[in-house]
Amino acid sequence: MDKVMRLASEKDVVVFSKSSCCLCYAITILFQELGVTSTVHEIDQDPEGREMEKTLVRLGCNAPVPAIFVGGRLVGSTNEVMSLHLSGGLIPMLKPYQTWC
Amino acid sequence: MNSPTPQFVPSRLSIYEPIHQIGIWGENFKRNGNPNTSTSLIVEVDNKLENESETTSHEMLAPTNNYEQEASKPIDKIQRRLAQNREAARKSRLRKKAYVQQLENSRLKLIQLEQELQRVTQQGLYMGGVLEGSHIGFSGTVNSGIAAFEMEYGRWVDVQHRQICELRTALNAHISDIELRILVKSGMGHYFELFRMKSTVAKADVFYVISGVWKTSAERFFSWIGGFRPSELLKGFLKLLITGETFSFTTQASNLAKGLFNKVLVPQLDPLTEQQILEVCNLKQSCQQAEDALSQGMEKLQETVSSTVAGGPVAEDSYIPQVATAMEKLEALVSFVNQADHLRQETLQQMSRILTTRQAARGLLALGEYFHRLRALSTLWATRPPEPSLP
Repeated sequence: MDKVMRLASEKDVVVFSKSSCCLCYAITILFQELGVTSTVHEIDQDPEGREMEKTLVRLGCNAPVPAIFVGGRLVGSTNEVMSLHLSGGLIPMLKPYQTWC
Repeated sequence: MNSPTPQFVPSRLSIYEPIHQIGIWGENFKRNGNPNTSTSLIVEVDNKLENESETTSHEMLAPTNNYEQEASKPIDKIQRRLAQNREAARKSRLRKKAYVQQLENSRLKLIQLEQELQRVTQQGLYMGGVLEGSHIGFSGTVNSGIAAFEMEYGRWVDVQHRQICELRTALNAHISDIELRILVKSGMGHYFELFRMKSTVAKADVFYVISGVWKTSAERFFSWIGGFRPSELLKGFLKLLITGETFSFTTQASNLAKGLFNKVLVPQLDPLTEQQILEVCNLKQSCQQAEDALSQGMEKLQETVSSTVAGGPVAEDSYIPQVATAMEKLEALVSFVNQADHLRQETLQQMSRILTTRQAARGLLALGEYFHRLRALSTLWATRPPEPSLP
């Protein structure tokens, strides 16, 4: 529980992923398009990966990855991010963290 | 004293004969004291060679030999016999291993062929418009999932057509907003029902959904991850709704054949407001960005599967590990299909939020009519007269 929350609050936009997960990759591409640099943690490369996976599921993600945290708070999985974006709520949420070159 | 058992000599020689002995491993022999005895004896002998000590197997091989000769043969002949047994056992194990490997390869090939056959058969069945009861394939659950979907989808298209006609009539008749709202809700719900159906069959066979073989050819031409592109939908809506016009069409078979549609312009009184136009444009942009992200994810998945399948030495005949790993990666395809449908669903829902009831009704009518025309195009294409052959 701790490691997930600790990593989630360390950076602005955090994505928990797995190295083989292409849907996670799609999410990072979306954030890139929106001008946000996301920090990706691949839990299958982490020694505590199993625990982290259980934590993410317990937090309410129906698939452990991708799990997206913005400003330390859990946004959800791909479904939630997509819904938020189409309803116009994602960009305001990301505004403080956008880094346009 | 008779020299042993001529029957054992050919048996022992035949152990060293190569390929036809592999047939032994594929059959279930029983020891039955008839012409098969010598070969069955080899099976038992080989099995026993693997399981028991060598002295006992030595006895099994030539009991008569033992009894008659043990007293007179020197020790080194016994040693030679033991060595021969060991050699025979080793060769037998190697042959068995090769045979099992061959079986595995054949099984994989059989699965591939059956799937190809199933795909081609279904494509042929769909084009012919006739559903048959039997689907060839190795997995009953996959086929029943696909068969169920095809039946449901056929019904779905019929209901869709009925709903479009109802919408058109309702709009031209200027019914109340409350009644129109009911039609809009059921129209939206009908699309959501399709996404649920697709999700179910995607679990059975995701390639079936993505290939679009369940749709007509013209629809397939525009396919994006197993369905329509949400952003295209929005472009169409914008064009229609900004002008505030709609078309009532009468399409008759003869007109269709001539490629004409009767159009009657019925100007509507509720074009989009500026606020609405802004919201739809924002929606279109978000949708486009989400689509791009999913498309790039799909490309990454293709690269991953491709490099997995291509991995490993080409010189060897065994590709099972690579193919097995690729199978795992393909599971991700189901998530992509679900995400694409989720995007379509969200787009439709946002549109119904932004638009008035009447505008939404016109939008649904336009969308449904568009797909109906695509299906008509497919039929026209399929029944076009053959081109005259060149001299």
